[in-house]
Amino acid sequence: MAVYKRAYRPYEGVYTPLRWRFMVIPRFAWSSLFESRVVLGFYFGAFIPALLAAAFIYIVNSPTAQAFLSLQGATFLQVNNLFFMKYLVVQAFFCFLFAALIGPGLMSVDFANDALPLFLSRPISRAEYLLGKFTVIAAILSTITWVPAILLFLLQASLAGFNWFANNLWIAGSILLGSVIWIVVLTLLVLALSAWVRWKVAATALTIVVFFVIPGFGEAINEVLRTYWGKLLNLSYLIGLVWTHLFDGPLTDPQAGTIHPRFIDLPLWTACLMLTFVVALSIWMLHKKLKPREVVR
Amino acid sequence: MQAVIELENLVVRLGGRTILDSLNTSVKGRAIGLLGPNGSGKSTLINTLLGFYEPDGGTARIFGRDIRTHAKQLRSLIGYMPESDSFIAEMTGIRFVRYMAELSGLPPDEAMERAHEAFFYVGLGEQRYRKVGTYSLGMKQMVKLAQAIVHGPKLLFLDEPTNGLDPPGRLRMLNLIREIRDTFGMHIILSSHLLRDVEECCEEVLILKDGRIADYCNLEEERRANRKFIEIETYNGNDGFTKAVESLGCECAWLKNGRAKLVLPPSLEMRELYGAAARHAVQIRKMNFRRDSLEDIFLRAMESTNGVNGTAEKAGQAHGRL
Repeated sequence: MAVYKRAYRPYEGVYTPLRWRFMVIPRFAWSSLFESRVVLGFYFGAFIPALLAAAFIYIVNSPTAQAFLSLQGATFLQVNNLFFMKYLVVQAFFCFLFAALIGPGLMSVDFANDALPLFLSRPISRAEYLLGKFTVIAAILSTITWVPAILLFLLQASLAGFNWFANNLWIAGSILLGSVIWIVVLTLLVLALSAWVRWKVAATALTIVVFFVIPGFGEAINEVLRTYWGKLLNLSYLIGLVWTHLFDGPLTDPQAGTIHPRFIDLPLWTACLMLTFVVALSIWMLHKKLKPREVVR
Repeated sequence: MQAVIELENLVVRLGGRTILDSLNTSVKGRAIGLLGPNGSGKSTLINTLLGFYEPDGGTARIFGRDIRTHAKQLRSLIGYMPESDSFIAEMTGIRFVRYMAELSGLPPDEAMERAHEAFFYVGLGEQRYRKVGTYSLGMKQMVKLAQAIVHGPKLLFLDEPTNGLDPPGRLRMLNLIREIRDTFGMHIILSSHLLRDVEECCEEVLILKDGRIADYCNLEEERRANRKFIEIETYNGNDGFTKAVESLGCECAWLKNGRAKLVLPPSLEMRELYGAAARHAVQIRKMNFRRDSLEDIFLRAMESTNGVNGTAEKAGQAHGRL
């Protein structure tokens, strides 16, 4: 029967499980996001490094391909911890672009026209609402960070053999942990900024300020005070430092500090503390703003 | 009949102020009007029942379930139409209502089907593919109603549903509310400043003042009680008619110019009164039921807590929007 001929009637059917109800939020958000060609273009663009990395892994493990490309004995043909770290660094940039592109609009659209009471008058708690919004970004960022990185790791393991897999299993753990830390920090920060300013354009601008302007301010502190603590304001540096430790990458030469202290890396614990602070601050901001009704004191 | 809402010493404090102060009541009607001046606690009561505010004391139950311990189950049974603008501007109307239906627990296919039905029901069928942000104020009110009823709730909170509507829009909204009340078995809590809206849609009225319950009455019973008092104007009134009326069990007091006030027994049918008049060749030219309007009830409630006697002047001022 045509819909306009049907009358409204009370609903007597089944309900979806409460536990997974929050997934309605990411489902609707994803379908809206991927209607945009820009988002779609960025998303597919983020897989280009993965394809290049897969090709590189194949070449490293294929003497025929190396001979064909005249690359026998090239020293850079190694798939090791640094290879995966560099891959994640590239993907981290895509993560930032994505978060800056889609994050600010996620919450601000609900705040702009006071839609939050409609969400929270339904069987959705504040935590589930936040989890839904978090899932929107976190799932997309996962598909461009640790998911392809783990697939690349498995590809390398399948080509290099079990010994390589057994000796380098810790790299898979580092990929997973490093990606999760970055995704959590980035997602919560972007959501908090989005909820705080309630205006998509302003939230995007604020995200750029946090990642580009504030680190510049930190560098100015380093220059003026001849210190290296200004790096604490640089989130990209902090996550890079954590990854360097996770992937057993090269840290700065202690001798570099004789040139200028800013060439010295911060201690790992300070980076962890600062990232924890950023996460805690973001959660606090969300807790303060995610209310169906503001109480005016 | 199970109580729709039960409040026991409900206390809500916001920003250091007591907004709801020891509310005690049990509401059972199908359509309940929530009245009160600005700042009386109407919206706070609705927000508390929706779980937006945590009670600082006492309990509130909806359909016998505590709002604190059964919040999620209760929200599945509730539809809410907020007073202020509340929508996602970038979504099409149909997508927005479908989204809300799915959040309420309807499976995607059902949600889509019912979103269409709800849209046609509120009269926006042809506008359903437009973005909500482009709707007029009246259309936005209708979308808010559509999202509130799309999942077929058992209890509907309507906060100022006729706000910003032109007269035809207001009439359409009131007709829809009455139809929802009478046809779909939903209970309705209607919060409004407009006494006429409440009078036209509600059977019971809960009047709040300064966070306390000033009055809770059944409008139909009030009206029935008032039917016992009538004032008539007669031509050729005589002792025979007076005796005949008294023999029917009425108390009768004659005023000047053939006017009389009668107190009728509950069992009296009006045609018996007309019969007595005809038998004694008396013409009844005018008959007025004394009827307390909601406005009278509201003013009485406001004054009873103030200890101030009402005046006709105040009643005149209170006409319409308070």
